[in-house]
Amino acid sequence: MLDRQYRTMTGSLPLAVPSLMTMQDGGQGHSMAPQHDHAPAKSKLLVRSFSFFYGPTQALFKIGIDIPEHQVTAFIGPSGCGKSTLLRCMNRLNDLIEGARHEGDILLDNEDIFSPSIDITHLRKRVGMVFQKSNPFPKSIYENVAYGPRLQGLNQRTVLDGIVEHSLQGAGLWEEVKDRLTKSALGLSGGQQQRLCIARALAVKPDVLLMDEPCSALDPIATGRIEELLFTLKKELTIVIVTHNMQQAARVSDWTAFLYMGQLVEFGLTKKLFTAPAQKQTEDYITGRFG
Amino acid sequence: MRLRHFDEELAELKATLVRMASLAEDQIDQALSALTNRDSDQARQVISRDHKVNALDVEIDEECLRLLALHQPAARDLRLVTTAMKISTELERISDLAENVCERTIELNEEPQLKPYIDIPRMGNIARAMVKESIDAFVKDDSALARKVLANDDLVDDLMEQIFRELLSYMSEDPHTITRAIRLSFVAKYLERIADHATNIAELVVYLVEGKIIRHTTPAQSA
Repeated sequence: MLDRQYRTMTGSLPLAVPSLMTMQDGGQGHSMAPQHDHAPAKSKLLVRSFSFFYGPTQALFKIGIDIPEHQVTAFIGPSGCGKSTLLRCMNRLNDLIEGARHEGDILLDNEDIFSPSIDITHLRKRVGMVFQKSNPFPKSIYENVAYGPRLQGLNQRTVLDGIVEHSLQGAGLWEEVKDRLTKSALGLSGGQQQRLCIARALAVKPDVLLMDEPCSALDPIATGRIEELLFTLKKELTIVIVTHNMQQAARVSDWTAFLYMGQLVEFGLTKKLFTAPAQKQTEDYITGRFG
Repeated sequence: MRLRHFDEELAELKATLVRMASLAEDQIDQALSALTNRDSDQARQVISRDHKVNALDVEIDEECLRLLALHQPAARDLRLVTTAMKISTELERISDLAENVCERTIELNEEPQLKPYIDIPRMGNIARAMVKESIDAFVKDDSALARKVLANDDLVDDLMEQIFRELLSYMSEDPHTITRAIRLSFVAKYLERIADHATNIAELVVYLVEGKIIRHTTPAQSA
């Protein structure tokens, strides 16, 4: 189950377990705010009664989650449960899909990201994304990182140099590439390419970093580096990560949301969810009894 | 519901723990019998069997570590493995205490019996039943039964207090009884400790079943 290949949400639900379908009842419509056992963190993103449709197929059902600032929140669940869909809604990447529509709200710093007054380019600058497969541009390492700032009109070499170095350091890649910044990014290893993509996302100084299975194509060492990175990055920004590796969610996240068939089953502190989950379905999933 | 190989391993772990528990219960039984029948041979047999319980403690510990390292269990599975480790420690201590009862028994048997043993075996039987019920609760995943065990601990504490007062009166009347009375009060204390360990097991079972830690809480908080 853990090595199940990533699949994008296509609307079909490959894991229809009838007995579980009938168990779906609660969780609809009301928000699951994190239950704090310490001083509450400020919420960065608020998902409010959010539903999402791919044409006639409903992929998300009235999801409500508060994403706490400067924390790592993980979305887990079997393939097709809607976790990537939800993630991609957070910077409106799903806008590009024909026939897709949503109901409900997602608020970033209390501002509706679907409001007509929102500049979508600005939104995606504030909410960066790293994908499963690293996708560096066929350019030099330097230009990959400088690309975003250049688009924003920054051209001063010394400023760009500073941003590139800072971002590569933030992504834990600087020491490995500082002597070959002009070399093609495609010559880097898979793990390095992924960290380059993180550096590229950091270069435009986002508030939120969305990560969609960022380690699933990486070996354990490269995975470990990215995971370590999350602990430092969260001091600066808010991280939401989709992962099908439950041990990874347990290791890196502060909060975990378990989604199943488009519904939010449980959301809570990771340490609680992985030791004593409140819902039977969560229990069955994280102990490998289904999924 | 998918059947997992891991479930078989967990079932085996549980079975080993139950085997250890029945050995420990047997040690208590034999210790109580050796005490009441003033049978030093039987007491020595109990002492010589303690290593079996110790060996199972080590075996369970190793098995739990293996399961943790290789399977990285979560949720209920995780609670089962960590609880099993802790219960095994409790059982090992229980068996040690049964051994201690036997050591005092052998010493007591070298002198005439101070008094008929009535309350001490009674206390021992309650403690033994608590161990059995806490393990039954573990086997059946029954947190209600585990909570019932918790209530019995007060009974044992009260008996302990009563025995202590009685022995105190012997000692203040006749200093020649002091050695025996102190040995007997040790025995009572050991049995009271056995009940405490049974209580710990019961609390662990509540955590296993409900995911709720009720150790070091008042009964109202743990309800």
